[in-house]
Amino acid sequence: MSAYEISIISIIGINVILAVSLNMISGFCGQISLGHGAFFGAGAYAAALTMVGSGSVLLAILAAVVTGSLLGLAVGFASLRVRTDFLAVTTIGVNFLFVGFVRKQAWLGGEMGISGIPASGFGPVGNMTMILLFAAATIALSLYISRSWMGFAFRAVGEDEGAAATLGISAGAYKLAAFGIGTALAGLAGCLYTFFTQFITADAFDFIFSVMLMAMVVIGGIGSTWGVVVAAVGLTLLPEAIRFVNDYRLLVFGGLLVLVIRLAPGGLAGVIQKAFLAVRRS
Amino acid sequence: MSAALQLDDVAIRFGGVQAVGGVSFAVEEGDFVGLIGPNGAGKTTLIKIIAGLLRPDKGRVQLSGVDVTTDGTASRVRQGLALTHQIVRPFREMTVLDNVTLGAGYRRTSSPFRALMHLDRRRESERAAEIIAQVGLAGTEKKLAGSLPLGQMKRLEVARALAVEPRVILLDEPLAGLNHAEASKQVEAIAAVHARGITVVLVEHNLEEVMRICRRLIVLNNGLVIGDGEPREVMADPIVHEAYVGGGMASHAEA
Repeated sequence: MSAYEISIISIIGINVILAVSLNMISGFCGQISLGHGAFFGAGAYAAALTMVGSGSVLLAILAAVVTGSLLGLAVGFASLRVRTDFLAVTTIGVNFLFVGFVRKQAWLGGEMGISGIPASGFGPVGNMTMILLFAAATIALSLYISRSWMGFAFRAVGEDEGAAATLGISAGAYKLAAFGIGTALAGLAGCLYTFFTQFITADAFDFIFSVMLMAMVVIGGIGSTWGVVVAAVGLTLLPEAIRFVNDYRLLVFGGLLVLVIRLAPGGLAGVIQKAFLAVRRS
Repeated sequence: MSAALQLDDVAIRFGGVQAVGGVSFAVEEGDFVGLIGPNGAGKTTLIKIIAGLLRPDKGRVQLSGVDVTTDGTASRVRQGLALTHQIVRPFREMTVLDNVTLGAGYRRTSSPFRALMHLDRRRESERAAEIIAQVGLAGTEKKLAGSLPLGQMKRLEVARALAVEPRVILLDEPLAGLNHAEASKQVEAIAAVHARGITVVLVEHNLEEVMRICRRLIVLNNGLVIGDGEPREVMADPIVHEAYVGGGMASHAEA
């Protein structure tokens, strides 16, 4: 396997974790977050500092997960107070705040970022394998949640918080749970990204990246784990395979996003489900 | 024994308007109470206070002797209160069966952690199917809730309320917007709820039906209780009559 292939597969794995975890917050529980990059970044910086300080892979993973979910819970508390559309704006603000804050902090490397982060010691193939294992575990967790009573309650909260309350479901607790789990996984992805690049700057976690993640969720099909996985893989590979897409990445992703919302709001998963039903009927 | 639902001196003010001004009453276990009053009497505000959607400025709300004044809706539901909305709010994207199953699993969903630990829904689905049949919706289980006609959606609201195994059920205008045939089916469903020993508090504009099915009437006007007792006696009270005539509802009061 070439170094290029290893790096592409590693990035795909990280994007799958990010898109699937965002889908838990926005797809399962209906809380639109356009700042997932901030939680990804918080995890990456926590892991980088831990690696520089201790060199322990386990501690780095732990620090990333805890930092991602703590920031996520803080934003989750905001979600208890605001309507869904304001939450989208709040999370955009959180993403800008995160990048702006990190850029000005000398202890976080400022504009230059953190470089020379100690290697995980697994080598490129070992890192890739670890990333793929965590991606598989994330997919499995997502599938489990959507089948559990938690996923059932998430759907209710996402559709109508007031009606959910009349069935004894505390919308607030579930929204916090969605943010806590989803952002912990984003923190994990940040840690894996740090192992992979050994060099991070704030720009990798900006708002544009968050919008790309949301595009993966929407194009894959909001709420569908497999649809989102396929979209995350496809949209990561697309710019690599087609030169034009790489040059006009924002234009192509933005265009796809608009087309999907206009023509197939259920995303890939919705289109496939419709086709399947049509075939079964005929 | 403590009352199923008890309000002590409940009051709330919005700006300069005293929407509810010191309301007290107790509803005994198994009773069937109609809460009525002309428009603007404070019924909706009082329902929101009982449901936990509004916190009163003063006073106390108790369910079976437990003070729930500061609890939210979900917590009150888990303590035995169920409610239906005046404007139906089914989960439109879920099937009828899922709508009721979710209610039947209220113990499973009492905390996200507990919900995460459980996958099996068979028992809850079976209970849900029974309840759906009881309110006369058998055969609609697999339909999307959003595709039902209004009359069936209103009965689905009752089914969901029953699913949480309530001791007290608060029905907010369950007959509003229904034609005569649908309304009579809904009344049957409500009567069946009461027959199961559940305490019913009914808020309804349709005075004819209220007089027919309630054992006791509580009349609100300007945020205060102006009548309370056996329906015919209450409606014969000149103060109550005056409130309705003054409120422009003479025709209903005569009905």
